[in-house]
This record gives sequence, structure tokens and C-alpha cells, in this order.
Amino acid sequence: MRYFPCSDEDVRALLAAAGVKGVGDLFASIPSEVRLKEPLAVPPAVPEPELRERFVSRSIRNSSATCRPCFLGAGAYDHYAPAAVDQLLLRSEFYTAYTPYQPELAQGTLQAIFEFQTMMADLTGMDVSNASLYDGGSATAEAALMAHRIHKGRRVLVARSLHPAYREVLRTYLRHIGLTVEEIPFGPDGRLDLGALKGLLDAEVCAVLAGQPNFFGVVEDVRAVASVLPQERRPLLGVVVSEALSLALLEPPGRQGADIVCGEARSFGLPLGYGGPYLGFMTTRTQHMRQLPGRICGQTVDADGRRGFVLTLTTREQHIRREKATSNICTNEGLCMLAATIYLSLVGRKGLRELAIQNLSKAEYLKAKLGEKGVRPLFSAPTFNEFAVGLRAEGPKASEAAYAAGLLGGYDLSRDYPELAGGHLLCATERVSKAACDRMADVLGGLS
Amino acid sequence: MSNPSDLKYTQTHEWIRVEGNKGTVGITDFAQHELGDIVFVEAPAPGTPLSAGSPMGSVESVKAVSEVNAPLSGTVAEVNPELADHPELLNQDPYGKGWILKMTLSDPGALGGLMDAAAYEKYVAEVSH
Amino acid sequence: MSRAIEEKLIFEKDHPGRTGASLPVCDVPAADPVSLLGPLARSEAPALLPELSEVDVVRHFTRLSTYNYAVDMGLYPLGSCTMKYNPKVNEEVARLEGFARLHPMQPESLTQGALELMATLQRHLCAVSGMDACTLQPSAGAQGEFTGIQLIRASLEDKGDARRIMLIPDSAHGTNPASAHFAGYEVEEIKSGPDGCVDLEALKARMRPDVAGIMLTVPNTLGIFEKNIAEICRLLHANGSLVYVDGANLNALMGITRPGDWGADVMHINLHKTFSTPHGGGGPGAGPVVCKARLEPFLPRPVLVQREGRYVWDHDRPKSIGKVQAFFGNFLVLVRALAYIETLGGEGLKRASELAVLNANYLRARLLPLLKLGFEGPTLHEVVFCDRDLPNGVTTLDLAKRLIDYGFHPPTVYFPLIVHGALMIEPTETEPMEELDRFVEAVRAILEEARERPGLVKSAPHTAYRRRLDEVAAARNPRLTYKPELTRG
Repeated sequence: MRYFPCSDEDVRALLAAAGVKGVGDLFASIPSEVRLKEPLAVPPAVPEPELRERFVSRSIRNSSATCRPCFLGAGAYDHYAPAAVDQLLLRSEFYTAYTPYQPELAQGTLQAIFEFQTMMADLTGMDVSNASLYDGGSATAEAALMAHRIHKGRRVLVARSLHPAYREVLRTYLRHIGLTVEEIPFGPDGRLDLGALKGLLDAEVCAVLAGQPNFFGVVEDVRAVASVLPQERRPLLGVVVSEALSLALLEPPGRQGADIVCGEARSFGLPLGYGGPYLGFMTTRTQHMRQLPGRICGQTVDADGRRGFVLTLTTREQHIRREKATSNICTNEGLCMLAATIYLSLVGRKGLRELAIQNLSKAEYLKAKLGEKGVRPLFSAPTFNEFAVGLRAEGPKASEAAYAAGLLGGYDLSRDYPELAGGHLLCATERVSKAACDRMADVLGGLS
Repeated sequence: MSNPSDLKYTQTHEWIRVEGNKGTVGITDFAQHELGDIVFVEAPAPGTPLSAGSPMGSVESVKAVSEVNAPLSGTVAEVNPELADHPELLNQDPYGKGWILKMTLSDPGALGGLMDAAAYEKYVAEVSH
Repeated sequence: MSRAIEEKLIFEKDHPGRTGASLPVCDVPAADPVSLLGPLARSEAPALLPELSEVDVVRHFTRLSTYNYAVDMGLYPLGSCTMKYNPKVNEEVARLEGFARLHPMQPESLTQGALELMATLQRHLCAVSGMDACTLQPSAGAQGEFTGIQLIRASLEDKGDARRIMLIPDSAHGTNPASAHFAGYEVEEIKSGPDGCVDLEALKARMRPDVAGIMLTVPNTLGIFEKNIAEICRLLHANGSLVYVDGANLNALMGITRPGDWGADVMHINLHKTFSTPHGGGGPGAGPVVCKARLEPFLPRPVLVQREGRYVWDHDRPKSIGKVQAFFGNFLVLVRALAYIETLGGEGLKRASELAVLNANYLRARLLPLLKLGFEGPTLHEVVFCDRDLPNGVTTLDLAKRLIDYGFHPPTVYFPLIVHGALMIEPTETEPMEELDRFVEAVRAILEEARERPGLVKSAPHTAYRRRLDEVAAARNPRLTYKPELTRG
């Protein structure tokens, strides 16, 4: 078998040197009571050409964004990744390397992490970043846990307009450690209801979490949210970004009063990939640096005085603090982080801004076209590349009609927001053409 | 380095120098040696109440982090301002310049429950094997 | 050998006016951010993102890659990490557009290929582990642990029998107590006996109604099989407690024995260890959880089910612990794992475990004259040596750093904590004999140097891209981002 560099002769030599008669004797320490008596119920080996065909066949049994313009966002945004990203990821020095615990052998990985941290801190208007978390959902949960560690209060307030799956992950993480999660409603403009937030605040609130843009694509006024928070026993404001591209167009949350910025950076060069692997991130101010979960890379020098990079502040982590760790995270999303770093380097400051403006333009164009057909946005607040409209049709009907017209339709909001019956979430990125937008407007306008 | 005889010691390797109802607290030479190069010290703010035997802060090295327990009960009066920029003082001079905080004692009499230098040396010898 | 090119930080190479990516032409009227967003629009471009050509960026990252050591270059004997070869056909199939451009919120009618792939993987993971049900949602082993412990908790609470304590051996990986803590448990350590296994008498004495369960790595982090595992499971169950198995060392057991058959209730599997998916410099991995039928109602939602011959996501799971990932799991990692399983087949998986254990025992036999074992007793796929008798004050760390000069990645060091100066070595089955011999010769040579010229070993490495790096300085004065005004250190 081609992955076992072991001929029969090799096996004989290995057995002899190990002082063992046969392979079975190697497992003498396993009691016979628990030894398997039959072969594994896994089908026989498949040769490579046939294996490839099997997977191709599985892949074409899906109808992806390759076949149809995609108007789905809902936490995963269809962007183009330059070919150079994946070609560099295929360098086996990157993908077959381990976590950089021996820094002398891993300066490639470590320097890339340092560059990623710098970029994310810069984009979010913060001082420091970690080396990645699993995804936007777990990043939201980690932000709440971090806020609790700093503030000590036991109440977490989260915007109802934050991604429903992120809120569910948050609850799953917080359930057993004595923290409560309460929702802040959104107003008729689609933004976080500041009056309701004021009513919920007290000295026990350690975190206020809001999406930016939120699940409806609405751009929040983060400064306004921050101004509502009291100075005494001030809760930490965590801004959760699920469409990282928005950071190129919106005022950085770090400059608007956020204490933690976290979320999903997958838009930077990673495929939609049916949900994973994605790229969680978290940034914060210097004063909270030691409370950041996950790996962190720092600059230092070697024995010859040359600049180098190492994992640092590791005493926060599970392999040292064990049950007192800031998180249990170990393996994170290293290669995904590298992809994002390469992507941001290729696209650059100007390119990222242009791309963001294109996204805004496509969405505004779609909005206008829909308006001509009598389909209006649900919310009045400004949006980025995603927005909600009100349809008269039942949820799945809209998607089916879009599919029949050769498009991947939007997201039915009533699934997660029963109060938004007929609500349909549409996303338009640089990958959908004007013609596709026109067609989508026709489809949705034609629904009764 | 030998352990100064004018100090009292805890089983969790803190020392305290008592003058009237004031105490100066730090970690012992044994503790700093076990931890290695100290990189960060976390100490409670002045005014924080301290309870004997309970954690009051932590000391971090590259490979480990250790809680520091209050040797006696009282209130934090002052924190060593040098440690923020020079945590290595704990390694270099754990009984002198590496002091962590000064406190007002609520029960100076409880000092009798702590070990003197000789008892602490004996304790360390046992614990190391 | 020529020295590698010293590559600056990408920000230091910034060259305004250069472009590195091709953007589509915008076919709709350009929207004006300021008029739409007012003060919410960014006033300044993100200053630190560079402007560079594609050539500049490709050169930068290509040069960076040359500073790394990787499995494709040689032995990477990290204990409990299972650094096995990452098959290339897996990389190809994971990149198929029908997977890569699939949006997670598409209706199931459009994703049957992906769903069948996941269902098949679930079935195979259950077969290998002897379990009944599976979730592919956790993104990594630690998240799998957290999920599995939550399943235990949910099942006990469902019976009105909530308990406080999770027992964990002192040899356990740090993620174990951390995960148990985040699942709301108090962690209590169970000591290992002189044979490196769980002290059965100590465990019996601890069987009280406040114990929710035990987390065991089998074989343990010493590479030793927990010989009393069936008895341990019986003890725990008799106490109304459950057994969690940390599957990090599954590479020793495939086709030989199955945790489900020992009586284990729930287990996580590291696809980036046992099932060959790449480590990627720190992920992405995947940590699926497999469990017995009694824990199935509590699995994260949604759960993959079949209705009328089609796969659908079942969100209606009232007893579910919730979600640990926003979507369904690290799908593109799952693709690679299934490709590996189908490539090897049932017999191939067993052969992988056999050869992994053979390689480890070969290394053990050849290293025994050179190093002292941490614990006596037979070991499976990994072996742990200690620093007893290292000459002239040379430490495990020094030995590890000098191995770098001999062209190896060091083994895991200073773990497990119960062995002094531990050197944990796991070769895996994908190493040829000559590579293992080369490693043994390197260790022999370094020990000789430790006796004759210890200074050389203590100041290693000498030939890597960087000499030994100052981790103390990095922690004392953390510099975590590039700052333009402060130049090179």
C-alpha cells in the first residue's frame, strides 16, 4: 500500500529488531476480552482512479455556486479567491507542518501568523489579535467568556439580530458555567434597540454582543451602542463580524468603543466549503491581551540577535493552565489563517476597498431593481452586501422559484425569526452579475 | 540563597515581613527558581481585601503560572510599581526589590501560624523529594 | 548549503502603486459609501495592508515556506500527534468545485452528494470505534471533548442525576481538564500507578455518587494500553457514571480493538491525527464525536437523517446540547478523511495500526541502549523516555534542539507531566525503516556530544533558519503586531 513504506522484508527486519515474532504479538498488552474477533465493517480498499471518480460523482450530485449565481449570505459570503492563494497553500512546507511549538523550525508559519495578527488588528482598529479561532460561532462564545473573566459579572446580553447559529453556539458554551444569556431586541429599523438595551443593563452584565453588520445585513451604529453603556461596572462591548469584507468599508469597531472584535474571516480567500473549515478571529486592546483565548505569536530575537517569532503568552493556554486555561482550544485554523494572510496581501488596501464598494454597489443595485418590482427592504437602516426584503410568498417558495430560474435563492428568515414571516435575506457580492440581479428581481417580483 | 530569618513563610511559598500592623509580601527563592524566568506579575489593586490562604494574584513564567496566596488577612495598601516593567526583579531579588505588595493586617496575631526560616527550609527539603 | 533568504515582514515590503489581484469589472453603478453610510463609513483605508504585485506576494510566502520543517521532508515524531503522511489525492478531491463552492445554507435537495459523503463517514467512524451514533460538527479534538462531556452531562441531567465531578488521570493532555471545566465540571485527578496505568484501587475508592464520569486516553499518553479498561468501564457504570475516551491515540487500535466494545460511552476522534488530514501549521482539524445509542438524543443539532431515500438535516432535536459550530463541521476536512478511509479500506486501516505499533516498538528497541524509559511495560504506537542520566546537565530541551541540526523535528517534550523531562516519540506507520535508523543515529551522536562537548548541545540549534529564540523576552515585552515606527529588533 503506497502510504506504508514497508516491504515484507522490511517488516521481518523490524520485527526481529523489536524482538517480536509476529505483528499480533505487538498487541499482547491488550486483553483478549476486548480484542476484535472479526474484521472491521469498513468496505475494501478502493484504487486511486476509482476513488477519484467516486468523489467527483459525489461533488456533481451537488448544485453549487459554480452552476448558479449565489444570493445566499447568512454568515457565508461567496467571494473570489485569487488562484495564487490555493497554489501557495499547496506548498507542503505549509500544510504538512505542525503547530509551531519548535519555533526554530517554523519561522514560516510564525511569521505568517504575526502578519495575520497585524492585519486583523489593523482592520478592526484594535491593538492585538490572536492566531485564529474555529469560526464565528465559537468566537462569539469565547468573547463572552473573555468578558466574564475580565468583568466577573454573570449576565451576557446578545443582540437578537446576531446570527442565530452564533447565538445557539453561545448558549451551548455558556450553559454550564453559571452565565445567563439574554436577548436584546431589534427595532423596526433593523438595528439593536438602544432603549431596550438600557432597560436590560445592570452591574451584573459583563458583555454586550452585537453583529456588525448584523444577520439582516444592517450596519449598526456601534458608537451609539457604546454610549449607552454605563461607566460604572462597564460591560465589555463585543462586536461580532461575520462578513469580514465589511471591515474595509465601515469604521473599525475598535475606534467606535468596542472592547473585543471577533467573528468570521472566511471571506478572505477561503471557499464556502459547505460550512467549513472557516476562520474565527478575535482582537482586543492591549490591556486585555492576557485574557485572549487561543494561540498568540510574538516578536523576539534569537541567540544571534536576529528578529524571529514565537508562540507567546502560552501560560494562558490549556497545555499549561489545564483547567484554569482561558480556553480549551488547541488545534485552531492555521492553514485558513494563512490563506487569509495571503489573500489580504494580494488584494491589498486599495483592492479590498474597491471590492467592498463593488459589493455595496451590487446590493444597492439589487435593492433598486427589487423596488421597481414592488419588493421592499424590511428595514430602513443602511446595509452592506446583504439585506432583508418582505415577500408575500411562503418561505421555501422563493428559493424554489429562484432555483427554477437558474439562481441560488436567498435565505428564509422565518426559519429563525417567526416574527418576520415572509422575510427573505438576500446577498449580492462581486460574484453576481447585473444580469443575475435583474433575473432575481424578476423572480421575486413575480411571486404572489 | 538562604531564607531571611526575619520573615515568616507559607506552605505555598510566599513570605511576609511584618512591622506592626503592616506586612510586605513576596514569593520565596524556591518559588522563583521553580517557575523560571518571570514574565508577568498580576497583583490586586490597593484597597482589595485579602483572606489568609486565598489567591490574591499570580506570577507567570514562560512555562508556568502560579497563584500567589495571601499569607495573612487584611487589605492591600501598595503594589510594587517596578514589577510591571521589571518582572525579573522577582528572580533576582525575591526577598528585597522583588516584593509584590504591602498590606495592612487585620489580625497580626495570626502570624504565629506561619513557618519561620528554619521550618520553611525543612519543608522545602521534604517537598522537593 | 546556501543560507535561506532573509525575508522581511510583508508590511516592510509595501510598494504603493502595485496591484496583486484581479478584480471583476463592476457592471452596476458604483454606490457611494459616504452618502449611504455617512459617519459609519471608514474614513481611512486599512493602512497596514500592503500594495504588492502577485509576484511579490508569491515570492514572500514561498520564501517563508522554506523556513518550515514538515512531514513531507522527514520524520516528525511528535507523540500523540500522529504526524502521518498526508495523501495527495485527498487534497485534489477536497478542492472539487462541487464541494468548495457549496453554500451551507443551500436546501438539502441541492447537496445530496455532500450529505451522502458525511453519512458514509459517520458510518465508518462508528464501525472503527464500535459506537452507534456520530456528530461531525466539532472543529477539533478539544471541541470534540467539550461536546462529548456535554453529552454526558445532558444524559445525566435528563435522568435528574446531575453530578459535579469529572475524573482525569494525571497523564492526560491539557485539553481534557480544560474541556471538562468549560462543561461545568470540577476536575479531580486520578493518580497513575507505578505501571503508568490508572490506579484501580484508587479509582474504586473514588466511586461515589458525585462522579459524573472519567476521561481516559487509551492507549494513554505513555503509549501504554489501559489493561483494566473493561473493568474501569464496569466500575464507572455500576456507579451510574459514564466513560469518555480521548481518541487521540486511536492510531494504535484500528481493527485491533474498539472503545465501544470496552464499554466506553462516548469518544472523540482526531481526523487530523488518525485519519491523515493535514496539520496545516495549526489546523484546521476536525474532532467528530461518536457515542452509544443512549447519548444519541443529546447530539448537537442538526443531525443527519435519511427520509424517503434522501438525506436531510433534522433540526427538531429537543434534547440536543445545541451547537458547537455555526454550520455542520469542517466539511472539506471530512472529505479528506473519507478519501483516506475509502483508500485504505477496513484491512488497510488495521494494517496502518499494526505498522504504527511495529515502527514505535522498533524505535523503542533501538533507543533503549541510549535513553531511559519513563515507565517500564509494553507500549503501542508511542514511547516515552525521560531525562535521567543525561550527562553534563544537558536537558531534554537541549537534546530536542540539537535534533534540529540533524534534520529532524524534535519529539514532544515535557509531556506527559508524570515523566521527568519527557521525550514522547511517535513515528507512525508512514515512516520507512531507514528514516527511523537515521533518527537513532542522530540520538546516538547527540548523546556522544553531550558527553564530550556539552556546550554544543546546550546552545543548539546552530543550522536552522534561526538559532534558539528568546521566549522570555517575547513574554515579558509582548510585541504582537508590526508597528511601522519601531523597526527591526
